[in-house]
Formats: sequence, C-alpha cells, structure tokens
Amino acid sequence: MFKRSEQDKRPPVQIFVDGVAVTARQGDTVSAALLASSCDARRSTAVSGAPRLPYCMMGVCFDCLVTIDGVGNRQGCLVPVADGMQIEIQKGKREIGR
Amino acid sequence: MTVAPKREAYDVVVIGAGPAGLAAAATSAEAGLSTLLLDENVGPGGQVFRAISSTPVTERDQLGADYWAGAELVQALRASSAEVIHRATVWSLDRNLDIAVSIGGASAFVKAKRVILATGALERPFPISGWTLPGVMTAGAAQTMLKSSALVPDGSTVIAGQGPLLWLLAAQILRLGGRIDRILDTTERGNYFAALPHAFAFLTSPYFAKGLAMMREVKAKVQIVSGVTELFASGDGQLGSVSYVAGGKREAIPADLLLLHQGVVPNVNLAMAAGVEHRWDDLQLCWSPVLDASGNSTVPGIAIAGDGAGIAGANAAMVRGRIAARAAVEALAPAAAAKLAPMAALRSDLAKAERGRIFLDALFRPSPQFRIPSGDTIVCRCEEVTAKDILDAVAIGATGPNQLKAYRRTGMGPCQGRLCGLTVTELMAQARGKTAQEIGYYRLRAPVKPITLAELAAVPKSEADVKAVVRG
Repeated sequence: MFKRSEQDKRPPVQIFVDGVAVTARQGDTVSAALLASSCDARRSTAVSGAPRLPYCMMGVCFDCLVTIDGVGNRQGCLVPVADGMQIEIQKGKREIGR
Repeated sequence: MTVAPKREAYDVVVIGAGPAGLAAAATSAEAGLSTLLLDENVGPGGQVFRAISSTPVTERDQLGADYWAGAELVQALRASSAEVIHRATVWSLDRNLDIAVSIGGASAFVKAKRVILATGALERPFPISGWTLPGVMTAGAAQTMLKSSALVPDGSTVIAGQGPLLWLLAAQILRLGGRIDRILDTTERGNYFAALPHAFAFLTSPYFAKGLAMMREVKAKVQIVSGVTELFASGDGQLGSVSYVAGGKREAIPADLLLLHQGVVPNVNLAMAAGVEHRWDDLQLCWSPVLDASGNSTVPGIAIAGDGAGIAGANAAMVRGRIAARAAVEALAPAAAAKLAPMAALRSDLAKAERGRIFLDALFRPSPQFRIPSGDTIVCRCEEVTAKDILDAVAIGATGPNQLKAYRRTGMGPCQGRLCGLTVTELMAQARGKTAQEIGYYRLRAPVKPITLAELAAVPKSEADVKAVVRG
C-alpha cells in the first residue's frame, strides 16, 4: 500500500510484530512501520470484529489501537518505534490486565 | 526520556505545538513569562509542519517552501526560555485553569494564569459507504506518513474529495515518486457561483497563484474526474474498489488505497470540556468557539488560537498565536508587552493572512450527501452505528446527540465523538427539521483522551482526598 522513498536515509530499527521481526526506520511511528511492512496489520474491532487499519494517523480516530510491549489499546500512530519493541495486532477488546 | 513539568504553576500554558502554539509559546516566553508548551506528538510542528525537525524528506522542493517556514518557528521557540514537553497528552482543563497531563503513562498536574489552546483542526468526517474498510484513510493521514516517514502510496490509489490540502497532497505524492491512479473531485458545480462574489479577495491573495500552479502540476500527471456526486468504497475485509457517479454516469475502479478529504474543522474536545461556549458556523459547517478579537474565550483566562478558533490556515494560525500571547502578556506583565510586536500590526497581519478565506469556504463547502449519510453507512466508527440506526432512534424519541448516547452509544467510544459528532448533529438536525445550533453537540468531559484506571489510581493523594472517600 505504501513504499519508502529512496531519499530516506534513517537508520533501521528492528521491531517484532506478533513475534515476527520487521525492519522499521528510526522516527517511524508504530502505525507507519506497520503500514510500510508487508504484515497483515488489520486489527479487529471490539464491537463486531470488523477488520480495520489506521485511518487518521494523527491521534484522533483510534483505529490504530495496538498492543505495545504488553500494554493494550495504545494509539500506534502516536508511539515511535524502538529497537526490540513487541507489537501485537489486537483482535477484539483489550484484555483485562494488559 | 519522559519528563514531567519542572514547576507546579506557570504564567502561560500553551497546549499544542502547531503553528499557533509554537508562535504563542515563543512570544510569551520572549516577554519573560514562565511558559510551558505541552504537545501530544513526538516533535514540534502540529499537522501542517509535521516532523519539521526530523523529516527524512531531504529534497526541500518536494514539500514546498510553505512547509519549511515551520523551521523558523521552531528555532524561535528553541531560542526562547519556554519549557517544551512532547508526547504529553492533556486530558483535563477546567475553569480554574488546572491542567492534567499524561506523560509516559503517569499524570502530572499544573496550574496556569492563562491557557492558550492551540489544539488545531482535524479532518471533517467523510462518512461514505465503506469508509471503515482497511485501505481507506484520510488525505491527512497519507500526508503525515509522507512528511514524517517519506512513505508514499504505491498500489492503485484513488484520492477523493475537495479542498486545497487534497491538491497539495497529490502534488507531494507525485514529487516523491508515489502513485495516484485517479482524483475524484466532489466540489459541487453550484459552489463556483456561490464563491464568485468573494473571488476578488482570493485572486489577490498569495493562495491563488500557488493553488493554480499546484493544480496544473497534478492535472498534467493524473486523471481528474470532476463533478462527482456519489462515492462508495467496497471490498471484502479490505478495500477492493471505489465506485462513483459523475455527470450521471456510474463507474468503478479497482483500488488498494482510497484517500478521503473534504476540509478540516476545529478540534473542539478540550475547549468544550473546559466549558468554552461554541456556536454552529453556517459557512464552515462546524462548531467554532465564541472569541473576542484577541482570542479570549467565554472562560476567563482561556484563549484559543489557530484553526481551533475557526479554520483559517497556517499563516493566520501563527498570527493568532502571537495575538493571544500578546494579550496574555498585556494582562500579566503589561510593561513587558512593549518588547513585542504592537497589537495593531498583528491585527493587520491577521487580516492579510485571512484574505481569500471566504472564497475557499464557499468553493469547497462539502455537499450534503457527503456530510449527511443514509442507510447502512457507518456514522460512529467506534461503536459501529449506522445512519439508519440513528434515524430509528430519532423516530422513537432521541432528541439530540446526548440522548442518542443512551439509545446507541454514538460518541461513547475511544474517539469521543471526534469522527462522528458533526455527522450526528447534522443528521439529527435534518431528521428533526431543526438547525444544527438547536440540536447541539455531545457534552464533552474530562478525560478528553482515554487514560487507564491505573494511571488515575497512581495520582498522588492528599490526606483530605483519602478522607473524602474512605469511611471510618
């Protein structure tokens, strides 16, 4: 859906999406890294289980909700990636205790 | 990395580091007032100057001179004594000017003598059939990814809607080597006549030449379909095609990505929750705060600057930021105001920056069918409530957005009405034969962004706080 411009010379950052290593770039938000990767980043909604991807990328729509380092319902578009970050695509509601 | 505010109280707290907030904080600090700037993003710039200090787009022409103007604002701020905290989400502001802010999962509390809200705008909801499908995004979302990560569309891409941002985004995508298959222009033909009386001011504004050049640049490379009156996104679990009607003819094209845009509207959540009075703006079709000429709201001590004060663009936002900050300086340290640009000069700058705006508002006024959906089209994305659900609720007695919450939970999901509020107001107004002003808006309250119970529970408690709730 998206590709990186060749002029982007930022250093790589390795994150893990549902356990699979994905190369992002320093300064990417989690949502941007997911959309730039080849992984299926579609979450499913809490209400009907419908598939969604980020919509606004600016912190207002909450369609980018994702589990980051064990904490659920984070807005992926507001969190920058960090080396070793563990991302889980959220299926349904946030689970109690995470 | 995450730092709490250094003090408990400030002369001026500015919320939002876009053009208005950057200018306001720099001005207030320059006059010697203790100033705190809180911003939710990773770095300064807001949306229009997004990633201004970190963008990987090094070829400056690709983003345009208007974008790089943001760098000067950031420089001025950094040269000032203002304290700046990013990744700081303000979740409460009240009439006492007490502010609660979430930073790195913990809440801090600060008090201000004056607050300048510079929380900007968000894109107007574009509730068409299929707008919740993966692969449908806002034009602003694509621009955010382009500026902050140099990412451009590379599958089959359709851009649909209207307004200056749409053409700017298209030009930027093409310059960075991205793909656009078709642009579907939804501008109503009748709008050209409505806008005509305001054309002179626009023709003599800087927007005219820039806009024309950009449209030419895009039209040379992309097929444009104008007069689009209907628009649908469809696909199975993912966007597959976009269909539309133009000139009475229906057509469908395969698409991986659909970028929607029909203008921006003030982001009202924090201001409304603080009790600032807003009124329906019939021209811009949104809620705008009631303000005086210096941006002061109906809540003493709270001013609003930038697009949150009514949409007028980045140049006007910067000036409004300076005006609001100067007004704060005049109130708190009158002697220091002499250091700043005189108010009369600022007001004349503002008039210049606002020139041509009415023309744009009239020309790009979104059509009713793209604002007020029907049938199975989702209105509330969070709670997945359709237009028909809302009309059914009206039929059995829901009178306004707040009653509707009890019927259908609209606006009660995590986005807190940001993506459905305007649609709900207009849909209910139409169904009930009332004005949007009469129908009103959701009653917004803190926390204006979701925070965890754990974060609330970790807030330091005084003995009196504990006594208030613990028995015995």
